[in-house]
Amino acid sequence: MIVGGWMPARVSTVTASTTNARILEIVVPGWPGNLPGQHLDIRLTADDGYQAERSYSIASSGPGEVVELGVDEVPDGEVSPYLTQVIEPGDELEVKGPLGGYFVWHADDPSPVQLIAGGSGIVPLLAMARARASARVSTPFRLLYSVRTRADAMYADEIDGLAAQGIEVTWAYTREAPAGWAGTTGRLTPQALAASVWPAAENPLTFVCGPTGFVEASADALVAGGQNAARVRTERFGGA
Amino acid sequence: MAVISRGFGRRARESDPKLPPGQYLTEDFPVLSAGPTPRIDTDQWAFRIVTEKNLATTWTWADLMALPIETIDTDIHCVTRWSKLGTTWRGVSLDTLFKDIDTDYQFAMAHSYGGYTTNIPLADLLGGKSWVAFEFDGKPLEPAHGGPARLLVPHLYFWKSAKWVNGITLQKRDDPGFWEQNGYNLHGDPWTEERYW
Ligand SMILES: Cc1cc2nc3c(=O)[nH]c(=O)nc-3n(C[C@H](O)[C@H](O)[C@H](O)COP(=O)(O)OP(=O)(O)OC[C@H]3O[C@@H](n4cnc5c(N)ncnc54)[C@H](O)[C@@H]3O)c2cc1C
Repeated sequence: MIVGGWMPARVSTVTASTTNARILEIVVPGWPGNLPGQHLDIRLTADDGYQAERSYSIASSGPGEVVELGVDEVPDGEVSPYLTQVIEPGDELEVKGPLGGYFVWHADDPSPVQLIAGGSGIVPLLAMARARASARVSTPFRLLYSVRTRADAMYADEIDGLAAQGIEVTWAYTREAPAGWAGTTGRLTPQALAASVWPAAENPLTFVCGPTGFVEASADALVAGGQNAARVRTERFGGA
Repeated sequence: MAVISRGFGRRARESDPKLPPGQYLTEDFPVLSAGPTPRIDTDQWAFRIVTEKNLATTWTWADLMALPIETIDTDIHCVTRWSKLGTTWRGVSLDTLFKDIDTDYQFAMAHSYGGYTTNIPLADLLGGKSWVAFEFDGKPLEPAHGGPARLLVPHLYFWKSAKWVNGITLQKRDDPGFWEQNGYNLHGDPWTEERYW
């Protein structure tokens, strides 16, 4: 793992992903590349010298100096509203990374993979799904993505397209389901979770990512449902 | 020289000299761990210290409760950048647990239910610096925060304060634990920002 000091970065593209989330591409000269699932730290400096630092997962992986981030606005937050509303191509910031050696997927691992995302927790998991495609492996993957409403789903079209690559995608809506949706709406129940994940007998490697409360509830339900706790990896983004 | 981010400004927020560099204040209590939360009953719980002679000293929950219990008022700092000021804990000092332990080794590996490990020099554990804590804010420590008992080493980043702790093995060298093998600093001093390798 290579973690040096702060590296200057420049925003190259900014794309709206939902009303509250944006996809940022940043160019980091000398970026050493990263594994799917890793994150970086961002440092913002105001002209009076004030600084704030936060962690963001990386939606891209592999070599190259262009790094993709997906940021969802936390109302009343300090850094995320800047990244989702203010920053524009050409603006500069600093990053440190890549970080984390545990919440990562290795393309040579043949185990079935279960991805479980809540909200912006999709970002590191999408990096894994993308890495599966670029490694041209057919490792069995399933994704369960929980969002408030369809409009809150980051990368919605790309996720719908994962099915064509052989990834089974299950959506869960906590507030409002799209018209014609057959399932129920509300917090993911242990039953609904158990119905869409790989059976414990397949010994899947499971990655759960999202707000703390979502991760806690999902990981508890997996273990209660008989999944091997040692095969369940979690990343908690904070908040409720 | 840091890069200035156009349009980024200070939010009206409290700043506090008790905040180490790069940290921000949080009022809630975030949860961070590598996997699901283990749930351990106090009647199954045990804590042991194992020395280089492979001698193990074991405490049950009742044994722990019979030891002198201290109240700890302290600030805590997580490597993911939140800090919480003025937290109150109750627990047993590692000085008490180490009173009759005979070791020449200078380093320790803390072990947890669920398999987590973290390495800490003895110098950072002894001398009134660490506790096995079982109460937070006047209530039994919740499983999500490491209950029934966690290590509390408040002068280091909080990943050193192993949740669901069940023992300490003395070691000759400062061999890395779980997060230390996965990219975090061997030591973890918040004031000098010992975050990563
Ligand atoms: C390893 C890691 C990876 C992360 N990756 C991403 C990512 O890819 N995309 C992304 O959008 N975010 C990600 N986050 C969360 C991110 O680091 C920030 O916490 C988040 O953007 C809020 O920062 P802020 O400065 O806007 O809010 P702050 O000023 O820090 O907080 C404002 C309030 O919001 C609460 N809060 C903080 N985080 C959240 C949250 N995630 N949900 C709900 N409430 C919250 C705080 O407790 C506080 O009360 C990641 C966090 C970690 C630890």
